Amino acid sequence: MDTFLELLVGNTLTRLIFFPTLACLPLLFFPKGEGGYRAVKIYTLAVSLIELALGLLYVATHMTWGGGFPLVRDGGESLDWIRSYGIRYDMAIDGISMPLVVLTVILVPIVLLGSWKGIERHWRSFSASLLLLTTGMLGALLAHDLFLFYIFWEVMLVPMYLLIGVWGGERRIYAAVKFFLYTMAGSLLMLIAILWMAWTYQSLNGGVWSFALADLLRLELPASTQIWLFAAFALTFAIKVPMFPFHTWLPDAHVEAPTGGSVILAGVLLKLGTYGFLRFAMPLFPRATEAAQPLLVALALIGIIYGALVAWVQVDMKKLVAYSSIAHLGFVMLGLMAIDMVAWQGALLQMVNHGLSTGALFLLVGMLYDRRHTKQFSEFGGLAKVMPLFAFFLVFSMLGSVGLPALNGFVGEFLILAGSYRTLGWPAVVATFGVVLAAIYLLKMVQLTIFGPITKEENRGLKDLSGREIAALVPLCVLMLWIGVAPQAFLEPSREALGRVLAEYRQSLERPEVTQAAIRPAVAVQPTEQIAEAGR
Amino acid sequence: MLELLWLIPLLPLVGAALNGLLARAPKPVTTAIGLGAPLASLVIALGCLWEFVTRLHPAGQAFRQVLYPWTAGDLNIDVAFRLDELSAVMLFVVTFVGFLIHVYSVGYMSHEHGYRRYFCYLNLFMAAMLMLVLGDNFLMMFVGWEGVGLCSYLLIGFYYDQAFPPFAGKKAFIVNRVGDFAFLVGMFALIERFGTLSYDGIFPVVEADPGLVTGPYVLGLTFAGFVTLCFFIGAMGKSAQIPLYVWLPDAMAGPTPVSALIHAATMVTAGVYMVVRSNVLFQLAPGVSALVAAVGAATALFAATIGLAQTDIKKVLAYSTVSQLGYMFMAAGLGAYTAAVFHLGTHAFFKALLFLGSGSVIHAMSGEQDMRSMGGLKKYLPVTFWTFVIGTVAIAGIPPFAGFFSKDEILHAAAADGKWLLWAVGLLTAGITAFYMFRLVFMTFFGKFRGTHEQQHHLHESPPSMTIPLIVLAIGSVLAGFVNVPELLGGNEALHHFLDPVYAQPRGAEAAHHEMSHGVEWALVALAVAVALAGIFLAWTIYGKKGLEGGRTWAQRFPAAHRLLANKYYVDELYDRTIVRPLAALSRFFWKVVDTFVIDGAVNAGAFLTELTGDLGRFTTTGNVRNYALYFFLGVVLLFWWIAL
Repeated sequence: MDTFLELLVGNTLTRLIFFPTLACLPLLFFPKGEGGYRAVKIYTLAVSLIELALGLLYVATHMTWGGGFPLVRDGGESLDWIRSYGIRYDMAIDGISMPLVVLTVILVPIVLLGSWKGIERHWRSFSASLLLLTTGMLGALLAHDLFLFYIFWEVMLVPMYLLIGVWGGERRIYAAVKFFLYTMAGSLLMLIAILWMAWTYQSLNGGVWSFALADLLRLELPASTQIWLFAAFALTFAIKVPMFPFHTWLPDAHVEAPTGGSVILAGVLLKLGTYGFLRFAMPLFPRATEAAQPLLVALALIGIIYGALVAWVQVDMKKLVAYSSIAHLGFVMLGLMAIDMVAWQGALLQMVNHGLSTGALFLLVGMLYDRRHTKQFSEFGGLAKVMPLFAFFLVFSMLGSVGLPALNGFVGEFLILAGSYRTLGWPAVVATFGVVLAAIYLLKMVQLTIFGPITKEENRGLKDLSGREIAALVPLCVLMLWIGVAPQAFLEPSREALGRVLAEYRQSLERPEVTQAAIRPAVAVQPTEQIAEAGR
Repeated sequence: MLELLWLIPLLPLVGAALNGLLARAPKPVTTAIGLGAPLASLVIALGCLWEFVTRLHPAGQAFRQVLYPWTAGDLNIDVAFRLDELSAVMLFVVTFVGFLIHVYSVGYMSHEHGYRRYFCYLNLFMAAMLMLVLGDNFLMMFVGWEGVGLCSYLLIGFYYDQAFPPFAGKKAFIVNRVGDFAFLVGMFALIERFGTLSYDGIFPVVEADPGLVTGPYVLGLTFAGFVTLCFFIGAMGKSAQIPLYVWLPDAMAGPTPVSALIHAATMVTAGVYMVVRSNVLFQLAPGVSALVAAVGAATALFAATIGLAQTDIKKVLAYSTVSQLGYMFMAAGLGAYTAAVFHLGTHAFFKALLFLGSGSVIHAMSGEQDMRSMGGLKKYLPVTFWTFVIGTVAIAGIPPFAGFFSKDEILHAAAADGKWLLWAVGLLTAGITAFYMFRLVFMTFFGKFRGTHEQQHHLHESPPSMTIPLIVLAIGSVLAGFVNVPELLGGNEALHHFLDPVYAQPRGAEAAHHEMSHGVEWALVALAVAVALAGIFLAWTIYGKKGLEGGRTWAQRFPAAHRLLANKYYVDELYDRTIVRPLAALSRFFWKVVDTFVIDGAVNAGAFLTELTGDLGRFTTTGNVRNYALYFFLGVVLLFWWIAL
């Protein structure tokens, strides 16, 4: 068994998670004040690029020949952390978390490029916040011990709170506090649920505690108990997604957050909500999921339609993109609730897609804001004339977001809706109408900013995108096109992991319901035929 | 040659990418790329078609080419192309007419800003359109379907620095999306039932066992009925049928060659292609087929009447396109799929010709599109005039021009099927069509010039790059009808026999063709020609002899009707009042009331209550020991009281 330090120096998840944190330390020695900003920026960019390289290296070395991605546990097995309560340092990656991990490490350097000009003070702290946030996000995506997951979940909160509260807009304090308290209130309920489960586990297991996901998955609970626990988890995750009606923190947070904060928030943080459903809430509480399915489907549909309609009438460009996130994440939630392999693969892909296209849209809004210090539609119009490159990237990202075939958004939405149609029926039809509404609000955004005559004199002198800004956008656009044209490379890795989760989910529903909590004996790894069967 | 099929859509895509990236390329390079890509596609297409017609078609085979697959769950999608009889016809029309319009564009756009951008978009359009017609499954079709929609959006809004074109582009995209929504739902239903979207995975299966799709499904429809209804709604959007036609007239804001290529010859016929492609399903959904025919006939008549009162030369042609598309759907709904494809092909020629001719007129008139400012142009633009007249005669349905054969085939299908109401509507529309098209000719080319002196000074025939495509298309408009001459007129219905393999067996309505006596058939043909001639004669008496004055007299005689037609039945206004504005009001209500007031109000109220509790509680912690002693005493009293009870 490896020690933590051994893990830290190998080609491991541990190194991937903690490298950004360790890289914060040298920041202390950079000179204070504006003089050192340039050095800090370059240093942080270098760190983020190394992190990207580490991430890609890790994925490349663990991918199977067929393009699949197996479950890999760091160091072979978990390390004890707080032994008396069975809390372990347990990091693992599989085809579900891998795409989101890659998305995270791709977005961090892009965020830095996008913040280059927009962040004007406290660069050392900004870099530190961003790097700590990276650790928090990766940790939450990879933790397979629920206590550890909770810790990382909370770790993410603080740097994000700082990003909004320190570098945000006028109402940044209100937005930051709202973000923090709202998320925190939800996650406390989850903590209680986690503790309850671990306590139940130890009381059935002769006093031996465990917070490991694999152990808690063997906990058989009566449906009535599951519902309470599921409610606690689901509320936490629903706030994060965010699902209607827990979404009002999001527009405020986005509008006030600096560009980089918005990109990370939309790109990764929201996905932790949907990821949480897929990884924890649904597999741990299948009966409760089944019972709550109509409600969650309904909320997802409301999110799709309502988010789109409210986005349409916004007068602030960033707020429009923020509300569009609610609609897009509604699609993901619908896909998850469909309990269908095709829909799940689409939902996972759509999590990545939303990170790419909405990330790009937030970057573009930020680029305009850097130039004009406003995000109001009424201040723009006709920018294609003076900023043709900006116009190109805006239209391209918009098309990715609107779900145009041959770009990323379409593949995800299509799979989600095709899968949901066969398991849910009419709700999928309602959701499909969301693609009409998406066209309405996104085309409005494009028209009001770049088309028509130039109405404001100050826009005539605007500079087109710089090389740095293009460098931030190109990787996103390349990925959007790649996913849209040949999605196989992005679908294959998740097949096995999603198949296993789905198979286990269906099996636990088939087992007779228990009236009292019990622990199922541990079984060997699922036979592959069953996984294949789940794909049906 | 067939192995190169995949290059046909790819080459224009490469052309678009090159022209998009080579920002500093000199104009000749842009032209070479922009023209070279569709020319290469045309050459390869002709090679493929030759091999297909000589080798595979006699053997009763279709050619499939799988590039690569992708899979999610149990859903397998092949990125694959297909050349069969139907895609062969479409391939020829798209590459041939498309290339001619590219050539024409070189002349037409030579003085415009954004020349490179224009060819980039136009090549991209060719790529998407070719993917649409060559796709081997519904998803590939949909990729092309939305791709052409994107190019349409970009090209309608080509003059992006003006207010109206981008608006018109947006409207086109959104209205089309309403149709695409239904198309998507139809595909989901197919996936649910068949687990695939490939033509070969669906149509032969249905033909072998129609019971699979004829059972009840939802909304009182059979499965076939549901899917075909969804697909037809999709077609309504793309092919501008009632009630989703409203985007097409506004789409004229784009450059005129775009109107010719996208909004007349190719893209807008995609809906017809889709219905014919799915004929196996439509055959099994008689109710929906009847609806298709009815909507088509209604659109044909409705749009034609609007065309009567338009004064913008392109608007007349736009409504004429809507009307002609209505004919095609009428044919498809009647089960006369060959007639639909036939009219699609002939229409591509004569309507492209008419649009390009109008572009030549607009070019000569320095951008003027109002026919009231034209007149007498035949002596300034002889080539344009003569080719335009050929196109007009063709659309009016005068033998032996192309439109006569294809339109007559549709009317004949209605009559042979006993659908006399549809037949009458079609006949009436034919008369109106002849009238408004000749009205256009008389207003534009005859009489005295009514424009400004400056415009008159600039009048000139267009350069050869524009006139040569006109001449080629004019020849096509004369000859295209001969590919499917009915047996009645001594022909052998070549197109009909060629297309036979793509139809469901046994055949539906078209089988009933020959039950009428030849005498009746001849009478119907003569009647159709007579109605067309009457329309032309009427146009001559009103506009030919008296010019604008004649039209004005008639407008004054029926002011209400004229206002209704000139304002296009106020349909845009109706949609605005009943759909757009209420939806916007609802959205604003959601935002301002539900979101800001109710939901966020509750959140902030929660925060406020917490704060309030804290503030109230703070009063108790005074720091005064006597207060704490009092609380202690009260607590003890309460405790005793509770225990005592």
